[in-house]
Amino acid sequence: MSDPMREFPLYLCLLVPLAAAIGQILLLGRCRSQRVVAIGSTALLTVLGGMLVAAVKAGGPVVLDAGGWAAPLGIRLQADMLSALMVAITGFIGLCGAIHGLAEVPTSDERRGYHPLYQFLLFGVCGAFLTNDLFNLYVWFEVMLLSSFALLTLGGGKAQIEGAVKYVVLNITASTIFLIGAGVLYATLGTLNFNDVAVRIAAGLGSQAGIRFAAVLLMLAFAIKAGMFPLYGWLPSSYHTPRHTVSAVFAGLLTKVGVYALIRTFGSAFVAERDFILPILWTVSLLTMVIGVCGAMSQFHTRRILSFHIISQIGYMTLGLALGTAAAISAAIFYIIHHIIVKSNLFFVASVIDRIGGGENLKRTGGLYRSAPWLAGLFLIPALSLGGIPPFSGFWAKLALLKELFNANAWFAGAVALAVGVCTLFSMMKIWAEAFWKDRPAEAKEFRPVGFAHILPIVILAAATIALSVYPSWLFDLADIAAQQLSPAPNQ
Amino acid sequence: METIIILLTGFLFSCGFYLMLQRNFTRMLIGLLFLSQAANLVILVLPGLGTGISAIVRYGATVPPPGHPDPLPQALILTAIVIGFGVIAFAIVLLKKAHHDLKTHDLDHLTETDV
Repeated sequence: MSDPMREFPLYLCLLVPLAAAIGQILLLGRCRSQRVVAIGSTALLTVLGGMLVAAVKAGGPVVLDAGGWAAPLGIRLQADMLSALMVAITGFIGLCGAIHGLAEVPTSDERRGYHPLYQFLLFGVCGAFLTNDLFNLYVWFEVMLLSSFALLTLGGGKAQIEGAVKYVVLNITASTIFLIGAGVLYATLGTLNFNDVAVRIAAGLGSQAGIRFAAVLLMLAFAIKAGMFPLYGWLPSSYHTPRHTVSAVFAGLLTKVGVYALIRTFGSAFVAERDFILPILWTVSLLTMVIGVCGAMSQFHTRRILSFHIISQIGYMTLGLALGTAAAISAAIFYIIHHIIVKSNLFFVASVIDRIGGGENLKRTGGLYRSAPWLAGLFLIPALSLGGIPPFSGFWAKLALLKELFNANAWFAGAVALAVGVCTLFSMMKIWAEAFWKDRPAEAKEFRPVGFAHILPIVILAAATIALSVYPSWLFDLADIAAQQLSPAPNQ
Repeated sequence: METIIILLTGFLFSCGFYLMLQRNFTRMLIGLLFLSQAANLVILVLPGLGTGISAIVRYGATVPPPGHPDPLPQALILTAIVIGFGVIAFAIVLLKKAHHDLKTHDLDHLTETDV
């Protein structure tokens, strides 16, 4: 039965960013009002996401049949625990990005429509998390991608345009592959609803060739969007080019939408075909982890190092999915949430390093430990957490994943995961040694002042990391619920 | 009819892939365009084209006439065409700007942001 009190956060999570985007188009040119709307709507989205998590925890998945048509005919919005958690974290990162954007994004960009694009991006991300239909997921991906294309090129620097060409072409190709995959799946099974797909595959409907062809196409598309080996090339060539706020939000959210789609399809809908899919994902995940961290170790540019780390950490998440047990998927979900908080935080720190340390090239920056000791502390929290040092949240995430790996007797994968963790720490220490400990070199760019809004999101996210480190069990509980709910069930 | 569409799809895919592998901006763009059209044709032809009866419920009836094709893939394609239109429009403007700002028409010259 539909219960309006349970449903209202679900559609408001979509309506709030949409209304904010439309409102900001109307307010184009009035930057001050736009900023107020940006902060207000993202704060509201965070609260609504939290309410959605609470509603799902109290009474199971919240479903909404759009237009009153019951699934599988109608397009269903569904928030299970995984979706609710992802929406809540989207709102949170959106809020931090909006605060940082107050100080960093220049008025010229705001006049060109930065604010509405930012809200449309959040709109697309939330929609992708909340839909329960494969084709609808494609549409949300496109909403998100088009906003990200425009945000990436806003400002129009040479590097931005060049990075965007690579980003745009690879992502359009991935979308085309996704579309073909959805078409093949519909032709084989006659449905696009995730729950229905799971039920029909388990019942042995449709030809196995068609199902596996669709699975391979979808995996390829989502792997490109998640930045997995060998199709990650677009990520490190574009993520360091736009404004820091934009890269931080991209780094936190966009690749994780790809990982979410992988979990939703291969952890839930295609679960009956797991013996075919999971070994492929296993190999690709290990390669992603290793190649990503090797890239990070060879770089001398803060945001490029961090971009390669995204790739390597994506490997950990998909490794949890590739193990296939509920406990491993739960560990992967914990890893995603931890990683989003830490990674966005590191990009915000990179923004401040750029301003007061004298640029992003590590060879031409330095002396930060002397000039800004508080920043050193704020950098160490996410950096050590990313490397998996106890007692930070990254340690709990890696511990949960390694426990599952060793329970499954996957010693080789466990050893790789540990080695990649050490290498991650090594490249974090490289930023530490070059930017903080080294004396400020003569060729460093001049000091640019930082405002309160530059620092505030770093402090908020560091506090979130510490909260998650001290008391990880509440998120583990939620992740367990999320993993349980992923096991396929027919539509009610 | 289906055979013709299948052959056409294959032809579009091969042209699309060939053009995507070229270094020239414009050729790559046309390759992308071909790929997205080929994808639409795949969705259209996979469930079968049917017998030429449209899936419209006749006056007085409650179900569409027998032998009608599934209308859903057509709805999917319609959505995909509209989205593809917007995406390609953006890509055209982006590549024009890239050509103007970077003073090149060759993808191999785009090495500034590479690693």
